[in-house]
Amino acid sequence: MTGGPLWALSGARIKQFLREPGALFWTFGFPLLITVALGTAFRNQGPAKSQIAVVAGPGSAPAASALAGDPGIGLAILDPESAGRRLVTGEVVLIVLAPASPGLPFVYRYDPSRPDALAVRRLVDERLQRQAGRRDPLPTRDETAVAKGARYVDWLVPGLLGMQLLNGAMWGAAFNIVNARQRKLLKRLAATPMRRSDYLLSFRVSGLVFVPIQVVVLFAFARLTFGVTIHGSAVAALALALLGSWSFAGLGLLCASRAQNSETANGLINLITLPMMVLSGVFFSSSRFPAVVQPAIRLLPMSAFNEALRHVVNDGASIFAQGYPIAVLVGWALVTSVVAVRIFRWT
Amino acid sequence: MDCAIRIQGLVKSYGDVLAVAGLDLEVRRGECFGLLGPNGAGKTTTIEILEGLLPPTAGTVEVLGLRWDRQPDELRARIGVALQETKLFDRLTVEETLRLFRTFYVGRATLSVETLLDEMQLGEKRATWVMKLSGGQRQRLAVALGLIGDPEVLFLDEPTTGLDPQSRRALWDTIAALRARGKTVVLTTHYMDEAERLCDRVAIVDHGKGIALGTPAELIDRSGGQHLVEVSTDPALPPEAFAGLAGLRSVRAQGDGFTLSIDGPHVALPALFARLAERGVRATRLVSRTATLDDVFLSLTGRTLRED
Repeated sequence: MTGGPLWALSGARIKQFLREPGALFWTFGFPLLITVALGTAFRNQGPAKSQIAVVAGPGSAPAASALAGDPGIGLAILDPESAGRRLVTGEVVLIVLAPASPGLPFVYRYDPSRPDALAVRRLVDERLQRQAGRRDPLPTRDETAVAKGARYVDWLVPGLLGMQLLNGAMWGAAFNIVNARQRKLLKRLAATPMRRSDYLLSFRVSGLVFVPIQVVVLFAFARLTFGVTIHGSAVAALALALLGSWSFAGLGLLCASRAQNSETANGLINLITLPMMVLSGVFFSSSRFPAVVQPAIRLLPMSAFNEALRHVVNDGASIFAQGYPIAVLVGWALVTSVVAVRIFRWT
Repeated sequence: MDCAIRIQGLVKSYGDVLAVAGLDLEVRRGECFGLLGPNGAGKTTTIEILEGLLPPTAGTVEVLGLRWDRQPDELRARIGVALQETKLFDRLTVEETLRLFRTFYVGRATLSVETLLDEMQLGEKRATWVMKLSGGQRQRLAVALGLIGDPEVLFLDEPTTGLDPQSRRALWDTIAALRARGKTVVLTTHYMDEAERLCDRVAIVDHGKGIALGTPAELIDRSGGQHLVEVSTDPALPPEAFAGLAGLRSVRAQGDGFTLSIDGPHVALPALFARLAERGVRATRLVSRTATLDDVFLSLTGRTLRED
């Protein structure tokens, strides 16, 4: 088949990719490994136990037996020094010092800046007060329900797809282009009548082939191993993946537009990807960052992608309700592509 | 019009460095033209300006009567290029690479992949990945890619640098065959034997300037004759010792002896032996040979081509 140069270039790109086992692994295999590793490490193990220490002493035995019965508490009876050390290292959240004689106060020692310290303090206090005879005036009953798509692994998988697409755009396309420039292959191509846009577009065309495969492989794998399901429309998830990869490709092209050698490209790529890995909520929620920086974080293409995809995949939301993140993705795609093509160097 | 390339007052500077410092040249259609000079002489810069890959700082360049700033697309379709040591797509085969490049010449007559595989003796390697080719095979593929658009002018930058002697000779035969078919070929080289063997005319460039232009025979003749005698003696003689020798054109000190430029060995050699006997010295080394372009470069610059 002798199609046009764009198809020939795209075909060549796909062939080269399939002939490179390393690239295949990083593109398809690696995200699956992360899914397994993190999905296993952070699987739901029933309610998490908070570790506390009761300092061994005259009044400690009844307190310890009262606390040991609570399913939310992991208990250790320790001497004062090792209890203090474990509090510093974070192995225990709270230390209980029972009074030597009745009538004196129980002492709770903890670091209030630790997220779970106050809750543990309340739990411990309630146990001890009840043991001492306190009765609750109001009757209560708990009903628990685990929300759909609320496990860590459910939340993680869409972020991994974002990471995978960003890496594809950076290490797959941008690095490849800089490498071609360094090896003077770009120069050789520029000396032919090849339309230069065809070369750049061939990366997008091959992306149209690989992105759907990535989406299907990752979600199928996550479903088989952890039962992760797409609660919204699968077509919407795919459309978002294509849009995201287009947006990331613009960034990749920008990285690749000037860099003369792979060392520079390496630095640029890390400069762009690493902050987004941290800020854009791939492995942990970006809501942990201060409220002041949230608007800036939401403007990052990776944040926008993860936000929109999680709404569709985890919450079952409609893609048409994702106006803001989609606008961010389209904006990045347009701006980066236009700038990159303008400043692109062939020689 | 029999002029394939016309260069007038070409200057290319990188900051303070002048890579090409005012070059005027004309290349005729159908000739093989060589830019000969040491590394760093500005050959690659010049040829890349001719290929449209670098913009000149000053001066005008016309290729096939067209200019890069006006008709770049047409020019790209009508020339062929082999850069100095291009790396191609590592994981495409020879045949796939040729087929890919062929698609770039949309709506133009191209040579068939089979013809090129055959002509460049790459038939056996058609299914081999580019990364697994030898240096000579890779260079033949580079020339094949230059030829695929059936170009009117073919540019070859240092086509045989880094090749083993056998591959060099094979590539020389290929280039000679192209010239015989009437293609205009412009090549750069720092091998004088390559220029002598392949080129109809040669421009010698040094420090970004043309310092001599002509056929290899003309250049050799102009630089003081085709026949050279290298002689060293014990004890050493001063240069005046050779004054008035029959058939002597010039004397040049070289190493621990002299290079004499002479009209003909049949006259000069007997006279030289007589002179040595008369002086009572013994020749420790005596070589009679024909001059090369390296000698031309040496006589023009005082340096040899390969030293830089």
